[in-house]
Amino acid sequence: MANELAIEISALTKSYKSASEGKKLAVAGIDLQVVVGEIFAILGPNGAGKTTTVEILEGYRSRDSGDVKVLGQDPAALDKNSWAWRDRIGIVLQSTNDSQDLSVTETVKHFANYYSNPRNPDRVIAEVGLEEKRDARIATLSGGQRRRLDVALGIIGNPEILFLDEPTTGFDPEARRAFWDLIRKLRDEGTTILLTTHYLDEAEALADRVAVIVDGKIVEIATPENLGGRNNAKAKISWLENGIKQEVESDSPTLEVAKLAERFSGEIPELSIIRPSLEDIYLEMIGHK
Amino acid sequence: MRPNIIKVGFLRGGLEIKQFMRQRESVVFTLLFPVMLLFIFGSVFKGELAPGVTFSQYFVAGMIASGLVNTGFQQLAIMIPIERDFGTLKRLRGTPVSPISYFIGKTIVVFAAMIVQIAMLIGFGAALFDLNLPTTFDKWFRFTWLILLGSACSTILGIAFSSVPKNGRGASAVVSPIVIILQFFSGVFFVFTTLPFWMQQFAAIFPLKWLTQGMRSVFLPEDFATQEVAGNWEISRIALVLIVWTILGTLLALKTFRWSNK
Repeated sequence: MANELAIEISALTKSYKSASEGKKLAVAGIDLQVVVGEIFAILGPNGAGKTTTVEILEGYRSRDSGDVKVLGQDPAALDKNSWAWRDRIGIVLQSTNDSQDLSVTETVKHFANYYSNPRNPDRVIAEVGLEEKRDARIATLSGGQRRRLDVALGIIGNPEILFLDEPTTGFDPEARRAFWDLIRKLRDEGTTILLTTHYLDEAEALADRVAVIVDGKIVEIATPENLGGRNNAKAKISWLENGIKQEVESDSPTLEVAKLAERFSGEIPELSIIRPSLEDIYLEMIGHK
Repeated sequence: MRPNIIKVGFLRGGLEIKQFMRQRESVVFTLLFPVMLLFIFGSVFKGELAPGVTFSQYFVAGMIASGLVNTGFQQLAIMIPIERDFGTLKRLRGTPVSPISYFIGKTIVVFAAMIVQIAMLIGFGAALFDLNLPTTFDKWFRFTWLILLGSACSTILGIAFSSVPKNGRGASAVVSPIVIILQFFSGVFFVFTTLPFWMQQFAAIFPLKWLTQGMRSVFLPEDFATQEVAGNWEISRIALVLIVWTILGTLLALKTFRWSNK
């Protein structure tokens, strides 16, 4: 079924009381929809309200107002059958430090017992790339390996939706790439994935769609290619003429350069053509010009 | 089909026992500490309290009772806040696992530790201090229900009290003094009747005093009962106090239990 919704949020708000500032609005009216089978990234700086939003979706936090549905269920109105809903979702929390004295296999196999239709623990361990560490105590794992275990525990129940809260914070580049491959593979197998990140490149590499969130509000929702109007942003052409730096913005830079080439009949002094990078656009969006 | 809650509880129990055994400090302090105390007190106080009743006999009864408090109440009231800090509980909350399975797991690990501890106390007591074991069926029966009821009470109060410490780091500082003071007031380290009246009255509010008294009724001769405060063992009152505290603890635990530290 195409375009079936896995997550629907409308007009979601949440505030916290803080001693210094009084009431602080962490989520200030968010609307978004996640389609079944996509990787949806919530991108934003630290403190933008990403984790609060996701924890409301996961059923950990209450909300002040708005409507939320995850797999058709309001996470704030879970009744006695909440297990049936949790049976269909997988959660990878921001940071964990538990089960230090157990081995990887013991932990993954144990968690499989919680679900009605679990994946094969040995296969899950292999999928997250922890085969060599299967008998190692969790306390001895590196940060990246520990995170892979978190994902293993998140997917052992064969979830329809997987929540990933800043999954690669603290990874080295190689581990991140391997991790991204794993997430893509899960998506290809049909898992809907909602991921929060403050890494622009992560959202760009993984997400089918990105929501940029700043101060609890969504600034834009788009595919990574179209984010911030990057696809039709004007290019900046600059050169030196009579000792003065000249600059024009244009939709058709090639034509501009051809005209210049005619005028200068040869090399154009200090010619440069700059398109805004995704990073420029993102930084502008989150207000760090 | 939902996985069976009881079965998952037992699986959690097995896992918790495994984790417990792998933490050397907890094994040493929870299991060996009472035995070390017995050794110290038994070596220092060699006299008899009454004809045929050595101090170590009196003390073993007290140590078994307070062992139930250590492995149940103290261990859980400290461990659960630490598990909150580590995210263990938050992770479990995000799975379909039932809180009842979690509680069953805790009860099993506590119970296993208690049985080992009691066996060691009795074993060392018999080997080193000529501890007399109960000889009648009645006393063994009473010993059994005291252990079951005492551990249930201790476990559930530990879960209930785990909501009091704000976080794992401070838990030990909040919980341990309470346990130590109760042990002094309840006649674990000293003969209860030699304590000041107000101390006895205070201790009588809490279950440890009654549990200790019950254990004395198992390990001390029948006629020693005349030296108790009431002049007898007050067996039915002991059962009543433990049951009331267990019910109270269950209500509290259900009302106050939380999955994460704020």
